[in-house]
Amino acid sequence: MKFVDEFRDPEVIGRTADEIRRLAHPGRHYRLMEVCGGHTHAIYRFGLKDVLPSNIELIHGPGCPVCVLPMGRIDDGLALAQRPDVIFTAFGDMMRVPGAHGSPLEHKARGLDVRIVYSPSDAIKLARTNPGRHVVFFAIGFETTAPSTALTLLRARAEGLKNFSVFCNHVTIIPAIRAILDSPDMRLDGFIGPGHVSTVIGCRPYEWIARDERKPIVVSGFEPLDLLQSIVMLLRQLEAGRAEVENQYTRVVPWEGNRAALRAMAEVFSLRPYFEWRGLGFISQSALRIRDEFAQWDAERVFSVAGVRVTDPKAAQCGEVLKGVLKPVQCKLFGRECTPEHPVGALMVSSEGSCAAYYNYEHRKANAPMPSLAAPV
Amino acid sequence: MCLAIPGKIVELVADPPLGVVEVTGVRRRVDLGLLQDDPPQVGDWVLIHVGFAMSRISEREAEDQMRTLRILGEDQAAMDEVRGYQS
Repeated sequence: MKFVDEFRDPEVIGRTADEIRRLAHPGRHYRLMEVCGGHTHAIYRFGLKDVLPSNIELIHGPGCPVCVLPMGRIDDGLALAQRPDVIFTAFGDMMRVPGAHGSPLEHKARGLDVRIVYSPSDAIKLARTNPGRHVVFFAIGFETTAPSTALTLLRARAEGLKNFSVFCNHVTIIPAIRAILDSPDMRLDGFIGPGHVSTVIGCRPYEWIARDERKPIVVSGFEPLDLLQSIVMLLRQLEAGRAEVENQYTRVVPWEGNRAALRAMAEVFSLRPYFEWRGLGFISQSALRIRDEFAQWDAERVFSVAGVRVTDPKAAQCGEVLKGVLKPVQCKLFGRECTPEHPVGALMVSSEGSCAAYYNYEHRKANAPMPSLAAPV
Repeated sequence: MCLAIPGKIVELVADPPLGVVEVTGVRRRVDLGLLQDDPPQVGDWVLIHVGFAMSRISEREAEDQMRTLRILGEDQAAMDEVRGYQS
């Protein structure tokens, strides 16, 4: 296995890989979904596919917050940036994501006041130091990030900050998993559960997956050994006919999650009746809305937001890739019109997007010049 | 975005609960409000995400996490994030 000496316990990695080969029945094809984009990135980076037997297929899930945001929300956010009084702030991950009229970075190049922040705290700091302007924070992310936005809004209220608001695009992971399980063209045997989302929500919210859907799920860490151990745990459950929630990442993920974070989220957010996801369509109760008590810090209520709906570029198949129905390389644009340097779809932008991960680690490797073949015989 | 950065708390600020953390030699303030049920002390290690400490970890886990970031090629981006924190 590549890079193996950089890893923790290389011998254990070898033994774990042997265990996977022993547990995987040759006559059976296993389809396991890693929900989290960080896991997708790790799987490609570590070349795990080369270690696993060919009948274990890893399907990339919807857990990349940048990737699942429909283009219309980016345009709605950027419409706010057009206002001369607004300083538009977003995480760096968002800056190159294409909207219908260009990415936030391209809007910045056209002279709009678009700034990268690394923390929502920095957005309220900008509001404090620019009292004559209004700072909009474009919030994205699953439950890993939503508590930080919630605490930021609590701090803004405590200070009585008047020139700050959040354009909230926070989504929740459980309804997305449900939508995937309900999708008729998807057959899965089990899930590798997200690591850092679970530090917040804990393991209980996954119990229905085991109980009602009879699918095992193992919350996993991000190192190669973590991922391989999680696959062993899934295979053992499948072998024994069990379907349970297990926690491989106990060193970071408490079973009950982070209660303070959950309280902050509950105080500031309620569930939207429905929200549109790229590729998955409208999913009920799948996203967070800022509660009425915080309306004066909700950009959607401070300003009028059009609620733009934009269809993705026709040839791009981001939706199918996002659902795990197509592999990145099966999209017509992959590696041609759509590359990390010139992304057409969001999955090619974020390092957690499956297209960018596949391109950076598989496509570049496969397309590297091979001198022995290039030379005339 | 869902990867977290390990840091060691070197100073506490009371209200709101903030802490100065050190991540491979770089010191920045982070918000400790999400750990208020079990407040960390100076010398403790935490995982940081978008400027907020989200869980307490051991020193060993902090080393593991830093190595994970390094082998994922995300260590530079992580340090850019830490250096980028303004508060």
